[in-house]
This record gives sequence, structure tokens and C-alpha cells, in this order.
Amino acid sequence: MTISETLMLNLFAGMLASFAAGAAGALLAARWPRASRLAGHSFALLGALFALALGLAGLAGGALKVSVTQILPVGGVALGVDHLSAFFILVLAVAAVPSALYAIGYTREYEGRYSIAGMGVALNLFLASMALVVMARNALTFLALWEAMSLASYFLVMTEKDDRETERAGWLYFVMTHAGFACLLVGFLLLSQAARSMDFASWHAAPVTGATRNVIFILLALGFGSKAGVIPLHIWLPQAHPAAPSHVSALMSGVMIKLGIYGLVRVGFDWLSGGPAWWGIAVLLVAAVSAVLGVLYALVEHDLKRLLAYHSVENIGIILFGVGGAMLFQTYHLPALAGLALIAGLYHTLNHAVFKSLLFMGAGAVLHATHTRNMEEMGGLIKRMPQTAVFFLAGSVAIAALPPFNGFISEWLTFQSLLLSFQIPDKAINLTFALSVAALALTSGLAAACFIKAFGISFLALPRSEPARNAREVGLSMRAAMALLAVACLVLGVAPFAVLRLLSKTTSELLGATPDMQFTWNRIVAGGSFATVSPLWIAVALAAMLASIPIGLRIVRANTARRYYETWGCGRAMQTARFEYTATSFANPFKRVFSVLYRPVKELAIEFHPESRFFVRTISYSNEARSIFDDAIYGPMNRMLRAFAERVRLLQSGNVNVYLLYILVALVVLLIIAR
Amino acid sequence: MTVRILVEAIQLLIMALGAPLLVGSVRKLKARLQGRRGASVFQPYRDLRKLLVKEAVISENTSWIFRFTPYLVASVMLLSSLVVPMLSTRTPLGFTGNIIVLMYLLLLATFFLALAGLDAGSAFGGMGSSREMIIAALAEPTVMIAIFAIALRVGSTSLDEIVRRGADDSLLLLNPGHLLAFVAFFIVALAETGRLPVDNPATHLELTMIHEAMILEYSGRHLALIEWAAGMKLFLFLTLLSNLFFPWGVARTLEPLPVAIAFAALALKVGALAAAVAILETSIAKLRLFRVPELLSGSFTLALLAVISFFFVR
Repeated sequence: MTISETLMLNLFAGMLASFAAGAAGALLAARWPRASRLAGHSFALLGALFALALGLAGLAGGALKVSVTQILPVGGVALGVDHLSAFFILVLAVAAVPSALYAIGYTREYEGRYSIAGMGVALNLFLASMALVVMARNALTFLALWEAMSLASYFLVMTEKDDRETERAGWLYFVMTHAGFACLLVGFLLLSQAARSMDFASWHAAPVTGATRNVIFILLALGFGSKAGVIPLHIWLPQAHPAAPSHVSALMSGVMIKLGIYGLVRVGFDWLSGGPAWWGIAVLLVAAVSAVLGVLYALVEHDLKRLLAYHSVENIGIILFGVGGAMLFQTYHLPALAGLALIAGLYHTLNHAVFKSLLFMGAGAVLHATHTRNMEEMGGLIKRMPQTAVFFLAGSVAIAALPPFNGFISEWLTFQSLLLSFQIPDKAINLTFALSVAALALTSGLAAACFIKAFGISFLALPRSEPARNAREVGLSMRAAMALLAVACLVLGVAPFAVLRLLSKTTSELLGATPDMQFTWNRIVAGGSFATVSPLWIAVALAAMLASIPIGLRIVRANTARRYYETWGCGRAMQTARFEYTATSFANPFKRVFSVLYRPVKELAIEFHPESRFFVRTISYSNEARSIFDDAIYGPMNRMLRAFAERVRLLQSGNVNVYLLYILVALVVLLIIAR
Repeated sequence: MTVRILVEAIQLLIMALGAPLLVGSVRKLKARLQGRRGASVFQPYRDLRKLLVKEAVISENTSWIFRFTPYLVASVMLLSSLVVPMLSTRTPLGFTGNIIVLMYLLLLATFFLALAGLDAGSAFGGMGSSREMIIAALAEPTVMIAIFAIALRVGSTSLDEIVRRGADDSLLLLNPGHLLAFVAFFIVALAETGRLPVDNPATHLELTMIHEAMILEYSGRHLALIEWAAGMKLFLFLTLLSNLFFPWGVARTLEPLPVAIAFAALALKVGALAAAVAILETSIAKLRLFRVPELLSGSFTLALLAVISFFFVR
């Protein structure tokens, strides 16, 4: 099937027009919050649907070239679509369609409290800039859109601006995103200078060698890595994502941080296309650290949304295992394996967009119903919000990479590509891969434990607080959005062939070789006959077994009666929620085993009765994990920055004459340099 | 086609019917080693029958997760009996998944068991879930690295392929990497199936239980399914240990005679491993929970050494 350029142009125009209409509608109806909410989010939904069509058409081979030279200097605005861009537009759309649908119901609560019009404008701008940034075809266009995306998301994070915590989160996000932007800017300028062009197309063959090449890689990796939220550049992520409204958290975790991955893939396989082995090793190292530490921090976190945010750090790590592996395979001239590893990474990118959006929406539904993000105050929600519970469970099983859901397929592919590394004839590299395998395995085990905590403590057993006891199921638009994503989790896990076909085209285009993988509608074979899986058959066989066991029980004439009675409590008369295991106690063994990392601070304060030590008035116990990154990196950096700022303040005397002197000196110096 | 279905049916029956016998035999041998007479090796069958005629008492606080889990756990074990090469290297459904798929299916069962442990709202269940998961999570790297070691040796992660190429290799046991991987996998198998020194299957003291604490609220047919599944998991791991590492006697074809020989060989090998488990359980004490990570990191080191030795020997 050939896709005409006219169709692509129409879809593109439709998408932009919808987002523009959404922003304009939300703004014009600012006085009527209800109308503003409906206009802003309905048009965002329409635009997301156009984006979905655009992404699919682009992956089917549609091309697009838009260039407006009048707007920006040096080449103007240049946009285009290749397979990789189209794939990321698809990733955006897959999360954006349900998010916009969800927002229609979710933002009702915000009416009269926060600016609905501001949210509508920022959301549409955010979606449009994310869709456009992956289409950018020259440096200035990319940077302008990247900044627009960062600012729009900053305003969305600041929605609940009265909260002090939000204010702090927003500030941290603002600083980190601009530090990343500065790295990107310098990297882009260096690369443009070497290629003598700002055009991305000419960068591929740019004669960049030696130290410059490494410097460019490091700068761009830092810039894109800070957006992706890799450790140690992650500190903004667990603050900013939970502070935003839940549909925005879904978009930030599901899509925005993936654009960092997009950038890294562009750098590694397109702009610089291949580098020394240490690039790949560095990416694998960052992947391992992000994955393992991300999930470990998630385990001790009891704020449901922040827990999910830490899992985004972890999943970025899992994606980077694929990307880093692909970089190393390319260094050692194994393009077929590089293709397999890159497919694994990109498939996980899509999967993570699906299940993380689902989980954030589930957390949002819980927040909507109980008005708390603290898991210790939840419990028993499966009886009060049965549908939300099923959707959240689907997302939990998917993110824990268990069959037959989608996370399993991409993690399986990642494992195979890492295992196949024995084809590289270098023992040090082999060992790096072996340790990566171990790190990924540990991550997946810990992720399963963490989602048992997240689902088990929040949804199962007895409610731990009054709001949790009175929780009600959420509205239709929110449930519909979650249902869409839960079904997508299952479909992408049972029938992965459609996406694999698109991805194998994408990686072939990027790497110039077909990936080392065959697949049919019911089977995936990786690395010759190295590994096979038939997700569909597994799902069918599991369902068949599940159906046959009750029949078997009938045949052996088992007693099928059931009686409901109290939970056994060692003979205590009544069970209350206070007997339940809490999130803190669930996480405690992990805290003890990994205490080197958490450096837990325990405090036990007991107030005794003044008459006798045997009567206790109050006991308070606190057990907090400290972040080694705050202590070791950001704390000292912050202090240094402050000390430096104190010195620089001397320049700022407040005397206009002195300022004029500065300007004169600067001008003279510039003239001398530029001569 | 008929032969294939027949072979799968035989494997299913071996697993389903053999598991209680295996559990009974281990218990019997342990009793003898400890100087007791012990119950008959068929006692687990009687226990299961007893549980099946009793009604299930379910906690009022639980949800559908609690009732669904026993069925899922048993289904996963039955499904894995179809995928694992028990008798021949031509397991008809072997193509549905490699060894990593198998490990993730087992993790799926553990995931739901741990959720069910939290479902009743009892402190014991939560404690069991939390402890079970830290052991499962810490065992995961060893499992994968041991798989890596095997994959390096045979160049494949398909279960059938591992067994076939292992059977072709006559000098298998002289390979240090192979033996290291075996020991690592054996320790993990003990942890995964809740045996000493990680967990004590015979304990009924709440504070030391792990797996038993997690399933404390179960009764009737649900408990029967879970006990049966636990037996099958032990059977599965002993089968994997014997056929992946000592692939002697496994049939290369689906002819009746080789399959019959393979059956006898399987019974011998699993029996020998079961005896090893019984002797081990009699001679060592349970480790403190917070010493278990040390044991598991030891097994991880062994597995990693296995991988390294393959890189340097090849």
C-alpha cells in the first residue's frame, strides 16, 4: 500500500488544526469552565486521533516534507517524517488518545479551583510540540519545539500551584530541563559546525572525528539523558511527575521522557552513526544503574504516583539495555543483532507508554476517589472500585513483565539480544553483557515485588482510612480510557507481530540491515534458532488449563461449597485494618537487604507516663530512606553554585554608570574577537 | 499427531500424579534419616483427598484474587509440564516458549500467590508475601545467569535444544562451567520451591514460615490445589535439574521403547535428586531470613563463574 503525500499532509494539517482549535477553544471559553474543559480536551482527543493516523500512515511508508523558511533563521522550520519519527508519533498517540479521553472526566474536579483554560492551552501545546519535535529536520526547529515542549509541561506540572511541594517540584524541573537544553544546544552547535549545516540530513555523513566526536556524544547524551530521567539525572522526575494532574503524569512518563530515547537513538544510529565501544558500555552501565536503583527507590516509596514515577526511571533503564546493546553490536559490525536489540528497546518504549499511562490513570482514579496518594491510607479498593482495580492489575502484571501481557514480550526480546552477545569476540564486552543480564533479571524480580506492594496494599484487604472506606468507582470517560489501555496491554502481549513488523522496517531503515529475528502471527524466533516464543499459544493454553481445572474438580467430586468467615487472627476476637501488613512493613526486608543504598534513618520516640516507665503515652516511629544522589552530588553542587553566586553578586552594584562600563567593555572585547 | 498428543498427555500425567508421590517420598526419607518411621509415601494423596471433600472457608475480607489464585497457580504448573522436555527432545509443545518463558510463567504464579497472601488482611499473609518476594527477586539474577551459562554451552535457550546438545556432548561433566551452573541452579531451586535452608516446608510456627504463611488462609479445595501445585513445582525443578544438566536416557525420537527408557531414567534421576534434597534437609538448619541473601549471592557468584569459565575455556 502506498500512502500519498497529500494524505500525509492532510493528516498533519488536521492534527495541528485540532490542537490549535483545542487551545483556542479552551482560551475563548475561559469564563465558562465546563465549556472550556470540554473544548480543550475534546479537540486534544481529535488531534491525538489524527496523530495516531499520521503515525500509522508514516510507518506504512508515507513521506512528508514541510518547510517554512520565513519563520526561523538558518533554514527555517523544516519538518519531515521517516519510520523512526512515525513510530514515536505512534507512541505519543497511543498514550495521548486515552489521556485526552480520561482528562474530560478527570479535570471536572479542577473546575473553579484552578485555571481550566490554562490547562487546556498547555495540554494542546504540549501534545502538538511533542508530535512536532520528532518531525523536526533541522537543529533550530528541533530546539525551538523541544523548549516549547518543556515549557508546556512545566505549566502543566504547576497546575496545582498553591501546593508548596508542587512549587518546589516545578522549580526543580525547570532547572534540570534547562540544564539539559544547554547541553543539547552546545552539542548541536558543535555538530552543525563540523557538518557546516544545521540540516539533520547532512549530519549523517559529517566528518566529525576524535575528541570532538566524543564531546558531542557526551553533551547530547547528557541532554537527552536528563529528559529521559536516567540516574543520576533523574532527580526532577519523581518530584515533577506526581505533582502534575494524572493525565499529564501519564503523558510525561509515557511519552515525554521517551523523546530522550528518541534523541539518543538519533544520535547513536543516525547523526553520529556508530562510535567506539565505550559509548555502548556507558549506555549499558547507565541502563543498569537506572533500572536497578529506579526500582529499589520505588520499593520504599509509599506515595502511589511517586512510586510510578520511579518505575519510569527503571523502565527507561530497561529500554536503554536494548539501545546500549544495539550500539555495541553496531560497533562490532553485527547489524542484524543491533536490529534485534533496538527492536527490543523500541518495543519496550511503546509498551511502557501503554502500561505506564494506564497505571498513572489508575492512580489518578484512586486519587480522585480517596483524595490521597499515600498508600498507607488505602486498602480494600477492589471492592469499592472493581473496574479500576482490574485495569490497575492489568497494568501491574504488564509492567512486572509477566506473560501474557506486553511488558513480557519486550523484556523477553531484550534478554535474548543480551544473551546473544556471546557472538562478540571480546571477553570484557561479554562480561559487561553478562552483568547487564543479571541487572535486568534483578530489576524484573524487584519490579514484580513492587507491584505486589502497589496493588496489594492499595486495592486488597481492608480499607485503612475513612476516605478509602467511602471510595466510589470513577466516571465513564476515565474508565473507558483505562479499559482501552488495558486491552492494548493484552493485545500487544498476545499478538506482537503487527508492531514487530513495523519495528523491523524502522530498524532496517536506520541500520541498513534486517534484524536477526523471524516472526509469524503466532511465533517469534530470535537469533536463528536461539530462542522462540509463541505468546498466543501460551495465552490460549493457560486459558484452557484455567477452564479445565474446575471441570476436573467436578469429576473427582470435590466439595465446591464455600463458607465466609473471619480472617484467622491468632484467636483475637475482631480484626481491624490495623492488623494488616502495611506498605512500610512489606518493603522492610528490601530496605534491610539493600541498606547500603538506602541508608535508612530510623527514629523511635517513646513518651512514657511521668509516674512509671511501664505506661506508654505515645510512640512515634519513623523510618526514612535517604537519597545518595542528593547527598553526594546535588547537595555539594548546590552549595558550590550558591557560593559562586555570592561572589558574582559583587558585580551587581546597582550603579548605572558601572553597568554602562560593562556594556562598553563587552562591546570592545567582542569587536576585537570578531575582527 | 496422535503420538504427539499422547506424549503430552503422558507428561501431564507424570507431573500431575507424580508430584504428590515425590513429596511423600522426600518426607518418608527425611523421617527415616531422622530415626522416625514416617507416614506412607502415599500420604500426600490422602491429604489431598481429605482437603477435596472439605468445604472451603474463605475470609470475609478477600476478593476474587484470593479465589482465582489457586486455579492460576495449578494451571501454570500444568502448562509447564507440557513445555519441559521430560521424556524426549521433541516435546510437541516445546516451541511455545524457551526457558526464559518458563521462568516468567513461574514468576506469574508467584506474583498471584503473593497478592493472595495480602488479600485476607492478616499480618501473616503479608509477611509471607513480602518474604517470598524478596527471595524470588534475589533468586532471579542467578536463574538468568545460569541460563546464560547453559546458552553459552549449547548456543540456544530452547529447552529441547539444550537437552539434545547436552546429550551429544560426552565430556559434559568434565566441564567446570557446567558443574558450577548446576550447583547455582540447585541452590536457586531450593529457594524457589521453599526448601531448607531457605524455608522449611514442615514448619508450623507462624513467625518462621514463608510460603506457608502466605497460604495460611487457604482451606478445602483451594488449599488442595496450592499444595498440589507446590508439589508440581518441586517436581518441575528436579526435572529441569536432571534433564538440563544430566540429559542421560532422554529419548531422541517419539518411539515407544526410547520413551519408556526415558521414563525410567527420569524416575531414577529425579529420585536421586529427591534423596539429595532429603539428606540436605536433614543435615542443615534453616537460615535466618536476612542470611538468605548471602546464600543467594553465593549462588549468583557460582553462576557468574560458570559464565566466565565458558568465555575463557572456549
